[in-house]
Amino acid sequence: MREYETVIGLEVHVELATKTKIFCSCSTAFGGAPNTHTCPVCTGMPGSLPVLNRKVVEYAVAVGLATNCEITRSGKFDRKNYFYPDNPQNYQISQLYLPICRNGHVDIETENGPKSIGIHEIHMEEDAGKLIHDEWLDCSLVDFNRSGVPLIEIVSEPDMRSAEEVIAYLETLRLRIQYLGASDCKLQEGSMRADVNLSVREVGSEKLGTRTEMKNLNSFKAIARAIEGERNRQIDLLEAGEAVIQETRRWDDAGGYSYAMRSKEDAQDYRYFPEPDLVPVVIDDAWLEKIRAAQPEFREAKMVRYKEEYDIPEYDIGILTESKRMADLFEAVIALGKKPKEVSNWLMVDTMRLLKENNQTPEELAFSPEHLAGLITLMEEGKINRGTAREVFEEIFYHDTDPVAYVEEKGLGMVSDDGALRSVIEEIVAKNPQSVADYRGGKKKAAGFLVGQTMKAMKGQADPAKVNAILKELLEG
Amino acid sequence: MKTTDYTAVQLSAKIRAGEIRVLEAVEAALAEIEAKEKTVHSFVTVDAEGARREAARVQAGIDAGTLTGPLAGVPIAVKDNICTEGLKTTCSSKILYNFVPPYDAGAVTRLREAGMVILGKTNMDEFAMGSTTETSAFGVTRNPWNTEHVPGGSSGGSCAAVAAGEAVCALGSDTGGSIRQPSSFCGVTGMKPTYGTISRYGLIAYGSSLDQIGPIARDVTDCAALLTMLAAHDERDSTSIAREDTDFTTALVDDVQGMRIGIPRGYFGEGLDPEVKSAIRTAAHVLEEKGAILEEFDLGLVEYAIPAYYVIASAEASSNLARFDGVKYGYRTEQYEGLHNMYKKTRSEGFGPEVKRRIMLGSFVLSSGYYDAYYLKALRTKALIKQEFDRAFSRYDMILAPAAPTTAPRLGESLQNPLQMYLGDIYTISVNLAGLPGISVPCGMDSRGLPIGMQLIGDCFQEKKLIQAAYSYEQSREPLPYPAAGRSKGE
Repeated sequence: MREYETVIGLEVHVELATKTKIFCSCSTAFGGAPNTHTCPVCTGMPGSLPVLNRKVVEYAVAVGLATNCEITRSGKFDRKNYFYPDNPQNYQISQLYLPICRNGHVDIETENGPKSIGIHEIHMEEDAGKLIHDEWLDCSLVDFNRSGVPLIEIVSEPDMRSAEEVIAYLETLRLRIQYLGASDCKLQEGSMRADVNLSVREVGSEKLGTRTEMKNLNSFKAIARAIEGERNRQIDLLEAGEAVIQETRRWDDAGGYSYAMRSKEDAQDYRYFPEPDLVPVVIDDAWLEKIRAAQPEFREAKMVRYKEEYDIPEYDIGILTESKRMADLFEAVIALGKKPKEVSNWLMVDTMRLLKENNQTPEELAFSPEHLAGLITLMEEGKINRGTAREVFEEIFYHDTDPVAYVEEKGLGMVSDDGALRSVIEEIVAKNPQSVADYRGGKKKAAGFLVGQTMKAMKGQADPAKVNAILKELLEG
Repeated sequence: MKTTDYTAVQLSAKIRAGEIRVLEAVEAALAEIEAKEKTVHSFVTVDAEGARREAARVQAGIDAGTLTGPLAGVPIAVKDNICTEGLKTTCSSKILYNFVPPYDAGAVTRLREAGMVILGKTNMDEFAMGSTTETSAFGVTRNPWNTEHVPGGSSGGSCAAVAAGEAVCALGSDTGGSIRQPSSFCGVTGMKPTYGTISRYGLIAYGSSLDQIGPIARDVTDCAALLTMLAAHDERDSTSIAREDTDFTTALVDDVQGMRIGIPRGYFGEGLDPEVKSAIRTAAHVLEEKGAILEEFDLGLVEYAIPAYYVIASAEASSNLARFDGVKYGYRTEQYEGLHNMYKKTRSEGFGPEVKRRIMLGSFVLSSGYYDAYYLKALRTKALIKQEFDRAFSRYDMILAPAAPTTAPRLGESLQNPLQMYLGDIYTISVNLAGLPGISVPCGMDSRGLPIGMQLIGDCFQEKKLIQAAYSYEQSREPLPYPAAGRSKGE
């Protein structure tokens, strides 16, 4: 068998995190009853007109800047015409001729080293509604709540050669976009969707093979499997002397196979033309600079800085910077005067454990840095021990509870009243003559039992150092 | 004088002075409608009950002193492609035969706020595609001057309603001459403002980059008052312009001294009816007598305006009309198998032949492989036509031209030869391509007793010059007769 190279380009749709839709003021919130987040504009009523949401432009430009694109200073929208009931106007407002961003790249890192992946263009467009088939009534219903939700489509150059590179590229994009706050980029929930354009060619060949486009890829794992499956399918065809047909295919991840949806021959003529209802999108210097100035410190820069500023392991840095929310929390708690290593431990261990238990992502973290800092302070001041702190942290994690108020309310603070502690220890010493005798007889380990009994009696709320000191005094004094 | 003989501005003054009740004005209009509709058929929908209800609201506003504008209390007719909340808006098409908009168009909001009362929705060429009002799915409108003739189009219903005295004034829309040409045919005054002056929100689009709502009335004064009321920035329409100085009534001055008026030589050649030519020449002479400086000049690219227009307007229409698919509102075919068949049957049955012709033409010129040769070339032509006008307006305050090459044709003549009908748009279409304002003012009658209109075309935002010249002309014009099926002469 000949040796083949896989050539992959990606079309990534990202749903932007604006509060309102791209061309009307309807909410983009998920979960409304069908057709409650709609108006004449996003349901394609006669006479309605689109008005561009400026925030969409800002997010698109921000993503363009974060991916080293040229920004189109005077862009346009175009109409893509096709009939489908989820598309209320029977055209989608998109960008063909003058997309907002062009000629960018992102740098990825794989086992084979660093690589630059070219970005052909980024354009803005509107999402469609959703068709719901009612089995009972045997009819289809349309929900236009998603109609008009803003999307950007990021079209890469065919620069990727493996699933590993594709995943690295997607991860880089996802992190950049999440850092910008432009989208939550959840593949499973569809706020980030990737279509894979793939072809194979003999190693050494300069000419690109015939490509297919793969849709319905809902996870990184599915993408990796689909790439493997499609690569093999195309190679099998070529080895059998057959031709690859240019077509759109749908990946069935459960079955591990794909099937053709439509071929190039049935490809629709979208009859694109400039959208006459919208004026050109002009981005002047002041606006561009404002967006540029608001660009956050991205992960790569953060990782370098963390290594320089905080004495924490690289592994920790990797985890902490994987989500902007997590990194922001980390930095905010440190800014409140807490030690990086201590803060990192809370985030790396307890926070990650609770996220995993609750099947949540770091982006969903809702507690305030002040409360984690407060918890660490309580420990530093000896008011609670680590065991209690971990219990309190769960309260903070779930309910963003103020630890100081909580510890007080629940009486979780360590008993620092020496008199009360002394009388408890005296009682324990009196109840355990054998241990006392053992200790005095030279078995210093017997003290451990007495400390344990004391802590048990104190329900853990005693400062172990103080217990030791008093006990030593009673036993040796 | 009868209530229906007053102009809009006169009527409102009488109403605000307490001499005429709003309801009286409305009832008088409804009585005219009742009397004339059988012969003229200007309306698709007459909303007598709604108008009476509105009359009460407006009267209360006037009595309370909250409605004080120069058009308060005046009944108005609205073209049926302009959305009216709760009132059927059909575009004279079967495909929207039952469509009741849940919102008012921006222009309708303006007129409601001004205290005007909507009498109903006027007939038009289906989706504003046509020049005769014969492509309406709900029957033709007849010209009140001679009911064997068309009123022009596409705003034929609005113009006929005003000519017949059914409404004192009306809203029309103009994509390629659809206000100015029927105004000329019906002997009324109609104006197409600069693109972006009146909100297009709620105007059911035909050719989005060319469509503009405008006033139709009995005289220039009413047009100026209506335009003043309608011109406003609307943030729901991205192409709407925030204009300064929109009080167009200040231009109602009888003075054309020193105005430079260009007359395109090419407009007076082959195809222009000699009687129309003579009437326009006479009107031009009136202006010259009053001190205007007239000069003939060559306006370039005149012959390219019609092809460019039909490419651009049809392209936009093919997309704009895609939403009428039987899924969400309007007509849906009775029997169908599956989605594709439903689309196909609904649209085949719901649209008339002229609309289908333009949808097919528009789809063709946007198709891959033809886009550059047709659509892109038409866009370039449009830009060049604009440059030709820019050149002209560097020398002239305005351009004087006929509104149409003939007077109103007989019913049934035009649709037999659509290409011939398209050529009738020669004097109006380039104005839309260049986004300019234009006004059509009655300037005489032909030997058959059909009205002739003079068109004045201005540079962008120069409506005031047009209004001033048109008003001056009107002051010196010979009095015009009343139409045969029009309002009866006042006592």
